[in-house]
Amino acid sequence: MNIKEVLTGKENDKLFLLGNEAAVRGAIEAGVAVASTYPGTPSSEIGDVLSKIADEAGLYFEFSTNEKVALEVSAAAAASGLRSFTFMKHVGVNVAADSLMSAVYTGVNGGMVILSADDPSMFSSQNEQDNRHYSRLANMPMMEPSSPQELKDLMKDAYELSEEFQIPVLMRTTTRISHMRGVVELGERKEAPKKGFFKRDPKRFVPVPVTAREMHRELVGKMEKLGELSNTSPLNQIFDRDGRIGVVTSGSAFNYVMDAVNEENLPVNVLKLTLSNPFPEELLLKFMEGLECVLVVEEVDPIMEKDVLAVVGKHGLKVQVHGKLDDTMPMIYEYTPEIVLEGLRKVTGVDVNILELESTELSLPNRPPTLCPGCPHRAAYHSVRRAAKNLGIENIIHPTDIGCYTLGIDSPYDAADYLLSMGSSIGTSCGFSKATDQRIVSFIGDSTFFHAGIPPLINAVHNKNRFVLVILDNRTTAMTGGQPHPGLPVDGMGYEAPEVSIENLVRATGVGFLETINPLNIKKSQEALERALEYDGVAVVVSRYPCMLIKNRKRPRSDAIIHVKQDKCDRCSVCLEELACPAIYTSEDESVHIDPMLCRKCNVCVQICPERAIGAKK
Amino acid sequence: MKPYSIYISGVGGQGIIKTSTVIGEAAMRSNIPVVMSEIHGMAQRGGVVSTELKIGDAYSPIIKEGTADLLLAFEPLEALRALPKLNRKTSVVVNTSPIYPSSLRQSDVPYPDVDVIMDELRSKTGEVFAMDAETIAKNAGHILSLNMVMLGGAAAVEGFPLSKKLILDSMRSNLPEKSIPINMKAFEEGFGICSKG
Repeated sequence: MNIKEVLTGKENDKLFLLGNEAAVRGAIEAGVAVASTYPGTPSSEIGDVLSKIADEAGLYFEFSTNEKVALEVSAAAAASGLRSFTFMKHVGVNVAADSLMSAVYTGVNGGMVILSADDPSMFSSQNEQDNRHYSRLANMPMMEPSSPQELKDLMKDAYELSEEFQIPVLMRTTTRISHMRGVVELGERKEAPKKGFFKRDPKRFVPVPVTAREMHRELVGKMEKLGELSNTSPLNQIFDRDGRIGVVTSGSAFNYVMDAVNEENLPVNVLKLTLSNPFPEELLLKFMEGLECVLVVEEVDPIMEKDVLAVVGKHGLKVQVHGKLDDTMPMIYEYTPEIVLEGLRKVTGVDVNILELESTELSLPNRPPTLCPGCPHRAAYHSVRRAAKNLGIENIIHPTDIGCYTLGIDSPYDAADYLLSMGSSIGTSCGFSKATDQRIVSFIGDSTFFHAGIPPLINAVHNKNRFVLVILDNRTTAMTGGQPHPGLPVDGMGYEAPEVSIENLVRATGVGFLETINPLNIKKSQEALERALEYDGVAVVVSRYPCMLIKNRKRPRSDAIIHVKQDKCDRCSVCLEELACPAIYTSEDESVHIDPMLCRKCNVCVQICPERAIGAKK
Repeated sequence: MKPYSIYISGVGGQGIIKTSTVIGEAAMRSNIPVVMSEIHGMAQRGGVVSTELKIGDAYSPIIKEGTADLLLAFEPLEALRALPKLNRKTSVVVNTSPIYPSSLRQSDVPYPDVDVIMDELRSKTGEVFAMDAETIAKNAGHILSLNMVMLGGAAAVEGFPLSKKLILDSMRSNLPEKSIPINMKAFEEGFGICSKG
């Protein structure tokens, strides 16, 4: 499939789409005019697809500086009467939360969908927070799809609901939905106006105490009406199998439940909640009629379980409620078919088919993700270590940040000691600088610096901290697949765009030491880092070299290969143990070699070999 | 139709997701329901990549442990890591050329001998089709056609629910035009090795 078919596909065509691709199609069918994001897995492919087709689809799309800005861009578009779409990973909603809380107060004119892609089991995240809480916290209707087809279809429903109630709608997916592929039957594309008009109405759009009080009253009223709707909406569905036991579920957990119920032919009724906030009290009461017990199957936090318990308590019912709170289901990580089957076994007492599983006595080495061969971060980490060693500095602290360079956590780099969230390397460096006498070298990536690095850098300078900040500028947002950012001459739709200079931003904050290095030049990099370490104040070193995964990157023209001169190599292992480049390996006789298939000719090993035993040959 | 479950595993960069998509689209073209799960993100940096496919009537693409019908292992160590998904009837198509984890030097656990891995697979699964897909791909014209060698192997396995023609059609619509001749050659090599008789 050509990805453009997400746009060009006709009504009733079938495509084999990723959940994220289906979300894009849903947005196009719904006539979205403005879309904005900051890339984050598992939501990244939504932006990747939009950046390829937005122009042709006649909609505006941007990679915003951060999620808060992305939400603000979409909120303003919706206030102007256009349909807008903002999407982010679960922790991105934390960044956007300040404006999100108010956007629900002011409401919208055009429909607005906020997609949060949660990551149970943390495949690529620092936590597994359950963003269904945001729908309760902000008082916002929420939909939970369980397949790509449903996600595509729900986008249309969400925009209609958003416009009917003039409120943003939270579309909550998880990794298993965002990265699930399935057959999607396309619908009709709605033509949408490209420009809106903002009619000023400060009482509605400016929450100051006097107006916000009124807005909160209206919001509660909207949610009451939405509560009535969730009781009758066809989005919330009962699968009646004439059972005495009921299961309440949503999202990908619903899929596991249905597969288990069908395969094992279990006598349970299932209530699938898709419009899951506001919680449908009346529908649950109807579902529970005649049931002995209810099992709530939901991933991460016991949110629906508490809702069910509240309804049971409020109405003084005798129905038993099982879930996470009574240890029927596990409290953390995503569910699996086995976990759900085990839960169903406990409540039904049916002897489900437990398989004897194969396993191996052999120990298997792990395959953790690692910095790529030729990665400029590896060279930068090496130079920082050497510079500190040359100056005799010990007990150094390395606050780090969110990106590929977090992989510096591994030995031999040992360059990640403290991490909270996007931009936290700089804020926490301020704290360590005040709280300890230790030396600090912190790391932040280019995209992350733009996202959340500037306010803490201002804080660092103003509060007279002392640390070295290395900005690892690899000219892309590498970890999420190589999206552009404000430091690049291209925007999210592929147009030429002004580059925002990291050096100018740093200078403007009043930082007293600023040098830019090419990390692949080891000697010069070490010297610059030593000067930075000796500076009494905030010292910034911009380490700039493009990511090895950037397509069309300038490659060495020479067809020479980098190799180890066996007659000179004394097997000191400096290259192996200090660089740990995947391209360098030892053969069975302990001799050192470089794999020409993997080597990217960065020449860092050539420069660090004490015996000068690594070089180029034709 | 009772779902036919395929577990595909290997290492980032081997073309696993593309291969899985080719299979999924082939099912879709013949109006058979299909669902698939992929994991993106950190796995790209030399980590494990796996996909799960169910062809037939299923809600979730995640394969219950011990129930995969077919394992397509792009790397021998990853074949063994997939063992909990398999049973004594699972057919296995496995590439015998290893990709050593880059962290192996920092690891206390050595990479098992490939022969030991194959013996272990043979003793715990159904029929095992082992082939050096890397060399076959290189001989076909490009190492990146390794995934089509593996796909050819899968298509030849008894019980595989999609016809060779369907897979080839899906392949043509998913791969760049100029790479088709090499990929076709790679596919046929893999198909030949895993065909019986």
